[in-house]
Amino acid sequence: MNKLYKVMMPILSLLTVIAYEGCSAASNGAIGKSAGGKVNSSYAPYFTKATQSPKEVDVEGFLTRWLLLEPINKPIRSNTVFTDSYLRQAFNTEYFPNQFTVVPKNGDKVTVGDKDLEWHALDATGFNVNLFHFAFSLNKQKYGVLFWAVTVVNSPREMRNVRLSVGSNSASMWWLNGKEAVMLSGDRRMVVDDCVSKRLTLNKGKNIIRGAVINGPGLSNFCVRFIDENGEPITNLSVNLNKAEE
Amino acid sequence: MKFKTLMIAFSTLIFLCLSNQALAQIGKPYIHDPSTVIFCDGKYYVFGTGGGGLISDDGWVWHSGAVRPGGGVAPDVIHIGDRYYVTYAKGGGGLAGGHASNIYVMWTKTLDPKSPEFGFKDEHIVASSNGVEDCDAIDPAFLLDPTTGKLWLTYGTFYGYIRIVELDPKTGERIQGNKPIDIAIDCEATDMIYRDGWYYLLGDHGTCCDGANSTYNIVVGRSKNVTGPFRDNMGVNMLKGGGKFLVGASGHFFGPGHFGLLKLGDGVEKFSCHYESDLKQGGRSVLGIRPLLWKDGWPVAGDNFRGGTFEIQSERSGYALELAVDFVRMSGMQPFWGRSLDEPVKPIPPQTLAEDSKVWSTGNINVRLGDYMVRPHQEWTITPVENAGGYPGSPYFKITIAGTNRALAATADSDLVTVPEFTGSPEQLWRIDQLTDGTYRIMPKVIPNSKARLVLTAIGVSTITLAKFDSKSDKSRWNFKKP
Repeated sequence: MNKLYKVMMPILSLLTVIAYEGCSAASNGAIGKSAGGKVNSSYAPYFTKATQSPKEVDVEGFLTRWLLLEPINKPIRSNTVFTDSYLRQAFNTEYFPNQFTVVPKNGDKVTVGDKDLEWHALDATGFNVNLFHFAFSLNKQKYGVLFWAVTVVNSPREMRNVRLSVGSNSASMWWLNGKEAVMLSGDRRMVVDDCVSKRLTLNKGKNIIRGAVINGPGLSNFCVRFIDENGEPITNLSVNLNKAEE
Repeated sequence: MKFKTLMIAFSTLIFLCLSNQALAQIGKPYIHDPSTVIFCDGKYYVFGTGGGGLISDDGWVWHSGAVRPGGGVAPDVIHIGDRYYVTYAKGGGGLAGGHASNIYVMWTKTLDPKSPEFGFKDEHIVASSNGVEDCDAIDPAFLLDPTTGKLWLTYGTFYGYIRIVELDPKTGERIQGNKPIDIAIDCEATDMIYRDGWYYLLGDHGTCCDGANSTYNIVVGRSKNVTGPFRDNMGVNMLKGGGKFLVGASGHFFGPGHFGLLKLGDGVEKFSCHYESDLKQGGRSVLGIRPLLWKDGWPVAGDNFRGGTFEIQSERSGYALELAVDFVRMSGMQPFWGRSLDEPVKPIPPQTLAEDSKVWSTGNINVRLGDYMVRPHQEWTITPVENAGGYPGSPYFKITIAGTNRALAATADSDLVTVPEFTGSPEQLWRIDQLTDGTYRIMPKVIPNSKARLVLTAIGVSTITLAKFDSKSDKSRWNFKKP
């Protein structure tokens, strides 16, 4: 009986994953891979391509314009491994050159292992950035993944005692202007204002936010905004990816 | 022999139960028929029967020294403009067999007897009873109506009616031509408060002045009008003996009476009273201060926090305060499927502190909020700290991880951390006030290099910090749950 259990469990698990992927694909209609196996190159309805003009944060302060790197393969059987120690190691590993400093342009490519991965400048159509559908629309892997995201926030003035507020599925780490701001550990759901940084200062003008989201099985996404001392969203910010070049 | 052993065990149990209950206040909080507790020039004051009264720097440690001339019984005090009005009664109360009594009002610019501004003036009679009429004019209490600005005074005892008269808030004198109105019977030591469109008349039922045998208890009725009718929760008019129970004897305290509202700001409400007898303090009559809660439009007596081992739960998210450490999985768990129904049931012990703490740093560890999983890094022992002062109703507490000396502390950047050892420093001391909805506010005694009054706040669903208390939000409200 024990032997049978040991033999059957990996098979059952594999079948479950296959079935889940199949269900996910089927449930997403025209987005991503079609029934015939062809790739749908449209990001709609979750994203549109970012424009050259600055984009205001949304009415609730969410940052919706991001440079997203195609997912890095991270074979993770279960999110139960996402302890603080594991994540700190995973997020501080260098996967590609200048990982913690680069502000890429749309179409830039990096090599991770034997794969060339491309940066995409996108506007999320909702308050959150749906990484699952980002990967799905590109026919990239959706599970066992590490996503990198970068954006450039323009602040009209120096703002002290603000906090970077993040919700993510699953764990993630975020940096503001090169310094670690907040880590979301454990197997998390995306919840608005789930984890927030300590009090920070937003510089007048350009501020670079960098994030890394890791997930095993499940739907990857995140939402990010700044909140003030009272926990209220800051809504007079804009995002301009071109700012990085100034 | 068996019976004797049983009795010893029972007595020990009773003693342990009593020991676990907090004192009313400390120092020398001995008083009878106390006035409302009032804050003046950085100190708390309360006056009692016989003249004089108590002073406290922090609302927890009390000593004699307040000055109220005139003697008499059961004073009250109110602050209006630049005056502190004090009222008290002389005569009546059945003392020396009589019910003829006068109620006096006088005022002073400060209650601090050491101040050059101190000195009572303009004492005058505002109400009387002749000893035969159905009223005994003692136990006066003020209400400044926040809706009209009118000043009211209730008074009376079990001898006849509780009455209300109107005073001039500019002078403390009786409004000319004002007639007393009967608003209750068979109670005494009344006090009236206003909240959300209702006037609440609080008074005492039971027997006073008999130490641990006093059945004194505080009841309440409410009315939409300041002059009544005041009805209890069953609709019984207080003129017919009605009154909803608020608080009676508990633990080592007997005979609570003479309600006084103490508003501490930020929506924190407490009430003062005396206990006719506190067994822990030699059976003396002592000052009590307790949280005042509100439920369905009625006041409810809260309990001062006593400590223990708890989950500290955020009212915002339901998440638990925890050390920010790696989650240690419990081993030996089998899936629910594939197990024989005939398999012997073996209880699994909870995770131990040793198992959980093997991954903890020995230095400072941050805190956060997370799913409550009954783990040692989420269990907090909260203990009163002796000789560290306190606040109205309670001493300061230390908050440590159960089974360790790892203590929660405020940091200079208005955040939180745990330090490996509790040292007693003020940033490791915590004030815990029960709020009117039954949740708690948790505040450090000090924040290093800051005079700010900040409280534990769930600034994010899973992130905790120190921030200004927001009485309209759940983010600064906490629950203490037994593991």
